[in-house]
Amino acid sequence: MSEPSVSPRLRGWHRILGLVALVTTVSGSVVALFLVPPDALQGQVERLLYVHVPAAWLAFLAFFVVFVMSVLYLIQRDPRWDMVAASSAEIGVLFTALTLALGSLWGKPTWGVWWTWDPRITTTAILLVIYVGYLAVRSFAEDPERRARWSAVVGIVGFADVPIVYLSVTWWRSLHQPPSSPMSMAPAFVWTLMLNVLAFTLVYWYLLLRRYRVAVAERELEDRAAEG
Amino acid sequence: MEMWLRTWAILWKDILIEVRTKGTFNAMAFFAALILFIFSFAIGPDFELLRRIAAGLLWVGITFTGLLALARTYHSEELAGGLEALLLYPGEPRAIFLGKLIGNLMVLLVVEAILYPVAAVLFHMQLAGHVLPVAGIAVLGTFGFSVIGTFYSALTLHLRAREVMLPLLVLPLLVPVILGAVSATAALIDPSARGGVGGWVRLLIAFDVLYFVVCTWTFPVLLER
Repeated sequence: MSEPSVSPRLRGWHRILGLVALVTTVSGSVVALFLVPPDALQGQVERLLYVHVPAAWLAFLAFFVVFVMSVLYLIQRDPRWDMVAASSAEIGVLFTALTLALGSLWGKPTWGVWWTWDPRITTTAILLVIYVGYLAVRSFAEDPERRARWSAVVGIVGFADVPIVYLSVTWWRSLHQPPSSPMSMAPAFVWTLMLNVLAFTLVYWYLLLRRYRVAVAERELEDRAAEG
Repeated sequence: MEMWLRTWAILWKDILIEVRTKGTFNAMAFFAALILFIFSFAIGPDFELLRRIAAGLLWVGITFTGLLALARTYHSEELAGGLEALLLYPGEPRAIFLGKLIGNLMVLLVVEAILYPVAAVLFHMQLAGHVLPVAGIAVLGTFGFSVIGTFYSALTLHLRAREVMLPLLVLPLLVPVILGAVSATAALIDPSARGGVGGWVRLLIAFDVLYFVVCTWTFPVLLER
């Protein structure tokens, strides 16, 4: 087994990335909260858009990374791919839960309910359960090599389900209500949204690297414990 | 050809064990019927309501019973290193998956052959005149269910807390299967029900084909030493 560790150069880049992510997030929040005018129909509540949509985007990005890393792991059997997948899955679960919570907060004042069986909400909830299962497999498997192999399989099979779930849930509900669609927005709104999507994406890469470094340390600890 | 002989050997071994021990099948079929019975109590004697949600109740019953059956997929191999011995034989490990898959499919289809008439009586489901299409949908749904279940029951074999892990992993993936089977069945037996049957049937077929390919392809990875 190759000994994975993090080089000092990567640590330097990591620090710079963190700084850029912080600056972008702060400016994104300032623009979204104070500079952009409130929505004509929804008022101040509409500002939730600038965190809800980026969080959802980040969740899907994170799970896509889990899928790619799982495939790479099964082909090359390099433990580093497994550690990146695990890190990305944790971030993905966190942001999926955040997406649902933010959406729920937004749904109450605009739709009048905390929860509705809208295709996107339902798919996101199922996505959350699938990847909670992924993390559960990881925590219930003791041997690192087996854990990597099994969770890679769960990461691939689970991701393949996402489009089918979305399609089936859309058909199931489409006769009742059309899925909520992004309305045509004013350019100022679009740019603010884009800025926040960028900020969340930078935060994702920062968190991923941070979690990966923890995973490397955990792995070294495990190996040392195994050696006695 | 050789692969099919192996698959048949695995399947026949399991059928012989089941027939000779008469262990679990009877209890499982009884459990399934009992679930439907309990639903009638939980929901009350409103026949209009029961008839409307019958397809959903039926598939919840099938899902619970199916999870019981699937958790026992590799039961006969668990003791005394049976699975290791099975893997030592030369040839494709995929034959193990296929044999177990067909076995699970058979068990579930027999359970369903009992459950559908029971549901028809208890919930006043109008099965007469739709027997073949309803059976076809049941086969499509059960195939997808069995593929996922047979696959994940091999994965959870060596996990801690696997009794919880199998449903936790399998149920979210089965959402399209359950939605498809319930919606198509409901649309068939209830003319006033919304939606067509064709789309759901295509969805079930797509699910079955996709997961049959993905699971058969990745199965050897699960059993590597």
